Amino acid sequence: MLKAKSRIGLVFFPAFDWAIDPSHPEREERLLYTQDQIFEEGLMDIEGIQEFKPDLVTDQDIQRAHFCVPDESTVTTSSHYVSAGGAKTMARELMEGHIEKGFALVRPPGHHAMRVVHGGRGFCNINIEAIMVEYLRSQWGVKRIAIVDTDCHHGDGTQDIYWHDPDVLFISLHQDGRTLYPGSGFMEELGGPNAAGYTVNIPLPPHTSEEGYLYTVENAVMPILDDFKPDLIINSAGQDNHYTDPITNMNFTAQGYAKLTEILNPHIAVLEGGYSIEAALPYVNAGIILAMAGLDYSHVLEPDYNPAVLKESKDTLQYIHKLCDRVMDQWSRRGPELSQKVFGKKEFHERSRSIMYDTDGIYEGQKEILRSCSDCAGSFRIESKSDRDWRIIGVHIPLNACPACKAQGEEWYENASGADKAYLQDRSRDLYLKK
Amino acid sequence: MIIGLDVGGTHTDVVLLGPEGVLARTKEVTDQENLVDTVLRGVDGVLGDIDPGKITRVVLSTTLTTNSVIRNTLTPVGMVVAAGPGMDPKLHAIGSSFHVVKGALDHRGAEIAALDKEAVKKAFALIREKGIRAIGLVTKFSVRNPSHEEAMEKAAKGLFDTVFCGHRLSGVLNFPRRIASCWLNAGVHDAFFSFSQAVKEAFRARGIIAPVHVLKADGGTFSLDAALECPGETVLSGPSASVMGAIPHSPSAKDVLVLDIGGTTTDMAVLIDKVPVLEPLGAEVGGVKTLFRALKSVSIGLGGDSELTRKGKELLIGPDRKGPALCLGGPVPTPTDAMAVLGLFEGGDRAAAFKGMETLGRDLGMETEAVSRFVLKSLCEKIRDAAFAMVEGINARPVYTLHEMLEGYVVKPEALLVMGGPAAVLAPGLGEACGLESRAVPDWGVANAIGAALARTTCAVTVLADTQRGFVRAPEEGYSAEAPIAFNMDDAIALAKKLVREKALRLGADAKGLEVEVLEAQEFSMMRGYRRAGRNIRVRAQVKPGLIRNGGVI
Repeated sequence: MLKAKSRIGLVFFPAFDWAIDPSHPEREERLLYTQDQIFEEGLMDIEGIQEFKPDLVTDQDIQRAHFCVPDESTVTTSSHYVSAGGAKTMARELMEGHIEKGFALVRPPGHHAMRVVHGGRGFCNINIEAIMVEYLRSQWGVKRIAIVDTDCHHGDGTQDIYWHDPDVLFISLHQDGRTLYPGSGFMEELGGPNAAGYTVNIPLPPHTSEEGYLYTVENAVMPILDDFKPDLIINSAGQDNHYTDPITNMNFTAQGYAKLTEILNPHIAVLEGGYSIEAALPYVNAGIILAMAGLDYSHVLEPDYNPAVLKESKDTLQYIHKLCDRVMDQWSRRGPELSQKVFGKKEFHERSRSIMYDTDGIYEGQKEILRSCSDCAGSFRIESKSDRDWRIIGVHIPLNACPACKAQGEEWYENASGADKAYLQDRSRDLYLKK
Repeated sequence: MIIGLDVGGTHTDVVLLGPEGVLARTKEVTDQENLVDTVLRGVDGVLGDIDPGKITRVVLSTTLTTNSVIRNTLTPVGMVVAAGPGMDPKLHAIGSSFHVVKGALDHRGAEIAALDKEAVKKAFALIREKGIRAIGLVTKFSVRNPSHEEAMEKAAKGLFDTVFCGHRLSGVLNFPRRIASCWLNAGVHDAFFSFSQAVKEAFRARGIIAPVHVLKADGGTFSLDAALECPGETVLSGPSASVMGAIPHSPSAKDVLVLDIGGTTTDMAVLIDKVPVLEPLGAEVGGVKTLFRALKSVSIGLGGDSELTRKGKELLIGPDRKGPALCLGGPVPTPTDAMAVLGLFEGGDRAAAFKGMETLGRDLGMETEAVSRFVLKSLCEKIRDAAFAMVEGINARPVYTLHEMLEGYVVKPEALLVMGGPAAVLAPGLGEACGLESRAVPDWGVANAIGAALARTTCAVTVLADTQRGFVRAPEEGYSAEAPIAFNMDDAIALAKKLVREKALRLGADAKGLEVEVLEAQEFSMMRGYRRAGRNIRVRAQVKPGLIRNGGVI
């Protein structure tokens, strides 16, 4: 009788009756062949592997991570509630001790969804990892969490949500933003003034394959995790680095993904992107599940797998080695010193930016003000205006907020005016107010 | 008239049914070494002076397959499998001679690697060298494309007495279960063949010319001849007989818990509007997970003969059975003794029961009658906990569409139907423990045999269409045809219904009132680039488990 080395939980929710539109890459067919492969392999029958039915997240779960404009149900569908719910299910089963590791194979994905949500960006409306992380922090008191985003696209939404928070380390490995949506994720994006260095971006050159990718994991990601010592490691497990993916340019393989999972050894993996639905996903997912279960995955090979053809050039590998050195150097300087160098010393930090929602065709302008703080992650206030004529003010008070930041946040919310709606996301009291 | 037999581990229950109900009933001791003799004693026991020519149908359940798996007495089977990408197929090794050959298909049935026919020949030679006469042939994704299994089958011709292919036994995806099911079929085939021949001859000798059916794990039947094509389906037919026996007494449009309380174990199952809940994939027997369709049933080690002991001041019931109750000459006190003390069980040596319960009571600091009541209450509560856990498990089953997620049916039992030896005594207590209306099924002692007698023929068929690759297939039925690009869901459903109807008739179903339903119908547009390249359609149809109409009986 086959037995998994660790007790693992799976949520498999292919949402066979939901799509953004019929010809969209993120459509009903996406997990069809994955289902075929994992069912045919009999993975759910292995002792120690348990399949769970996903929960539905509540609006309150979403409100811990987002300001949804005008509200949660307007910018989401039922499918989003299930998808985030699947991630939450894995978190709960893990914390209750029923499983040692979990993998939520759900759709739609979420890592491009930012703090403020006016609509869909990069097939994402709400950030399913962030919702899960906030559930883990508020309901289970988990202190330090590392999110490692291995989707081929930069996890700009997750980065945005944890930009100011030094307790949640965000590491994103992705195809260089100069060559792929969303065009961000450069090394210089290293976190906000109160969390400088706790956002780590590793933009990999196009055509990176197994050797370069795994080199990065072993020589940058793992040493950083060893330093940070998180209580939990979350993997945003996008599968679009695959050599057959139709919308990216990387050369990663099912074997590579399985090894990556083995090295990273995440507590919870959450499926993100991956659009090579027939040639990649069935094999990648089977490989990840076997790797998580501590079972032999050496036979999980794409029908046309040929590592020699996919191998990186010498130049590419050299570039990656240097990149990792730079990442480690920047990481070693994280904290107040790096913050002062990048942001200067101020009582309040302001920034303005514009955000494009490619899926829904919305443009948003944001002005943010953050209280500089060495005692907590710092309260901030966002003014956001979309070309759909919504003007909102969102105030965030962080978990474990210091009294000064708490007072500042409350004052901002009290005095909020000139907007259609104002929201207070008071994480210190697990409270969400609207006016 | 119909004869129904439920061949159980200890007893065989037999009934003779006429249009007006049960005409005769008997209970025989099962002789596991000679099941045919057991069946004949049962038939003789109910037939009496009745003209055997008046029997129109005989249905029997049998422990043959279940016992062969549990006792590991299957005949040696050689397995030849082809896998391709995924798990190492050697991890699924089963049988006396397991061989992996090259050759692979993908999830859509396309060939990734050609079958290594030389390797197949070599494997056959090695299996024959060992003197093995039965083989199982399985490839990964054979239910999408049976060609590799068929090629192996052709090569096996004349070399083996018994050959089973994976794609014919179920349309459900699960390679390890397909391997195990194929092995089980091949391994039990000879024993089942002998059994069926002996039963047929003996019946003929008695002048019974009626068709003989065998009960399956899914609560349906098939003819003795059809059973030879898939003898593995007869596993766990005992629990299915009980559930079928409860159906006539189950209210419509309600969720009902069925509890069959035996000497050693209690079997539990759920009926929704008179239809039993099935296992999602298939039966599990003796640790072997199979693809044989089966009722969802849970068996726990609690029954009338469970041993009563204590741990400190805590009462323990079961899970062992050391023998019958004290009052029936057994070695240790049991719940049956508690019933005897309370005057709920008559017959046997009440004094012996009293003595045993008195000792147990003293150790637990209770009066004899109080401890007896406590034993029965605890027994009911333990059964309740297990039954509710089973229901919770059914409700926690994963779903794969938004529709199922949001509109999903939640099982909520509204009544209890109790059967088995202590049914009448325990029904009120179980009802109280569960907070549900509860009653013992009429004829609770032989209700399982009635269930067997009235079970209808069931089967299922899976139809797959891939209009991009241009085929429509039902591998279980050996059906394969070209699919025009316009082939759609309606066509697939019509085909599935036609095939399932034909299959049911072949398995021995009565054409009158044959109820076919669609279990699953999924259609996916396959996009390549931004164009629709075709449709991927998957339909599964079945004849629902249920009872035949039989005059006034149901």
